[in-house]
Amino acid sequence: MSNVLSNEKRGMRELGAEKKVGWNEVTHGVVLHSFEDDAADIALRKAEDRKYSEFSSYTATVASWRVIKPVYNRDICIDCQNCWVWCPDSSIISRDKQILGIDYDHCKGCGVCVEVCPTNPKSLLMFGEALSSDDAIAQWPVKEKKEK
Amino acid sequence: MAEKIDLQEIEVWDGNYAAAQAMRQAQIDVVAAYPITPSTPIVEGYANFMADGYIDGEFVMVESEHAAMSGCVGAAAAGGRVATATSSQGFALMVEVLYQASGMRLPIVLNVANRALAAPLNVRGDHSDMYLGRDSGWVQIDAFNAQEVYDMNLCAFRVGEHHDIRLPVMVHQDGFVTSHTAQNVRPLSDDDAYKFIGEYKPMDELLDFSRPVTHGAQTEEDWHFEHKARQHKALMDARPVIESVFAEFEKVSGRKYKRVESYMIEDAEVIIVALGSTVESARLAAQQLRDEEGIKAGVVGPRVIRPFPFDAIRDALENCKAIGAMDRSCPGGALGMLFNEVSAAVYTTAKRPLVTNYIYGLGGRDLAIVDIKAIFRELKANADAGKITTQIQQFIGLRGPKLAFFETREGK
Repeated sequence: MSNVLSNEKRGMRELGAEKKVGWNEVTHGVVLHSFEDDAADIALRKAEDRKYSEFSSYTATVASWRVIKPVYNRDICIDCQNCWVWCPDSSIISRDKQILGIDYDHCKGCGVCVEVCPTNPKSLLMFGEALSSDDAIAQWPVKEKKEK
Repeated sequence: MAEKIDLQEIEVWDGNYAAAQAMRQAQIDVVAAYPITPSTPIVEGYANFMADGYIDGEFVMVESEHAAMSGCVGAAAAGGRVATATSSQGFALMVEVLYQASGMRLPIVLNVANRALAAPLNVRGDHSDMYLGRDSGWVQIDAFNAQEVYDMNLCAFRVGEHHDIRLPVMVHQDGFVTSHTAQNVRPLSDDDAYKFIGEYKPMDELLDFSRPVTHGAQTEEDWHFEHKARQHKALMDARPVIESVFAEFEKVSGRKYKRVESYMIEDAEVIIVALGSTVESARLAAQQLRDEEGIKAGVVGPRVIRPFPFDAIRDALENCKAIGAMDRSCPGGALGMLFNEVSAAVYTTAKRPLVTNYIYGLGGRDLAIVDIKAIFRELKANADAGKITTQIQQFIGLRGPKLAFFETREGK
């Protein structure tokens, strides 16, 4: 499971860094195939086991304009999967109903995951892009007490 | 399984019904339509065939022509054989999606019963809608009568669906004059027609779940130019494909078609270039002038408007002396499209025949044989003088003071 968070095919290039070919080599009608092989069983294969094509955004990093990022705190998370359900970019990585972390190649930093996180304190919080995840977790807030 | 129809050797059909019959024989998967005069009976007739059990397919009634062509784009991308019909304002509303269809390389067949564009609102025939589509990247075929509407529909599927072409195809006919005039039509049997068109072989269809595919991706300055160039190349390459489809059609029908139709041009001094039913009127006028006045008159009608037959039209015109290019669309502050494109073609010949422009027939205004004869006589005067003797663009059949623009600088 170690290659799930940072596998070698995901986000391997900047968007627009694909090989530029001439007019005689481009596909007709801007037709772009998502996979390099037969994908009839694709729903049963996990992302890291799929052969995404060069023109699938899976193989590109499309997160270069993100300025704030969600950081995931495993110690608080209850694996409810709310963030996985709501993320508009499929950037919450979960396996066997256990959250593993964030796909930073595709996360745009919208913060929906933080909004929908039900724990106290939240298991996902937004931090500046430059801050390391370890430093972020070191400043994690404590549980808020209910006011009587 | 759809029922077949036993057709007579000669049927009496108008252009609209001929189109509906050809669409029925093509065994189309999806027709998405929003009827508009004068093309309404095409999709109405098709819907009748479906209600009566003669069609296996989907007929989608939508809320506008924009939606009609959008439905066609979706169905074609999904992998179906697709067609529809429209006219005028409906065509104008489709324009945005016409460019989507050609850019996405989807072989949709669109029947257009040509009609004027508002304002003023007008339901009669002229070529404003045809001209509006001329940069849309579609193959545009023009039928001059009901028989040709039928024949060109069968050919349109073959051309557009050819895997080297994969482009949408319009089949034009004159609103009312062709679309609503019953004429003798010799159809193929259902089996022969389908055998000629053949089973549809989709490419990169969305419904192939083993090869998921994106259609209509966005491209910016880094890719757009290459894709448009490839699309243009495919359209230019459609010329020999159209010729081979016409040759095969001749084998099954006995009827011979060319990208540029020519009548009596071998010895012609003066030639009228026109589109639609005007070609047939001009043929009659030319024959009468030959018989009555000895004027060596000929007629050229581009069967295929896009890809523009720059090569074939030059072959047809280069040996005459004077050409009248007839445009049935208000040129909007320029010379007419046929004038401009015909002039460009013959400008690259050694003899450079004289070309003048006639704007006629707007909003369904009739063009009589005597009007065409008068044009031929003017062309004859140009040929004899060796220069243009009239103004270069003239409006004909118009009430009020003579409306004409530009004079030649030859001989000054």
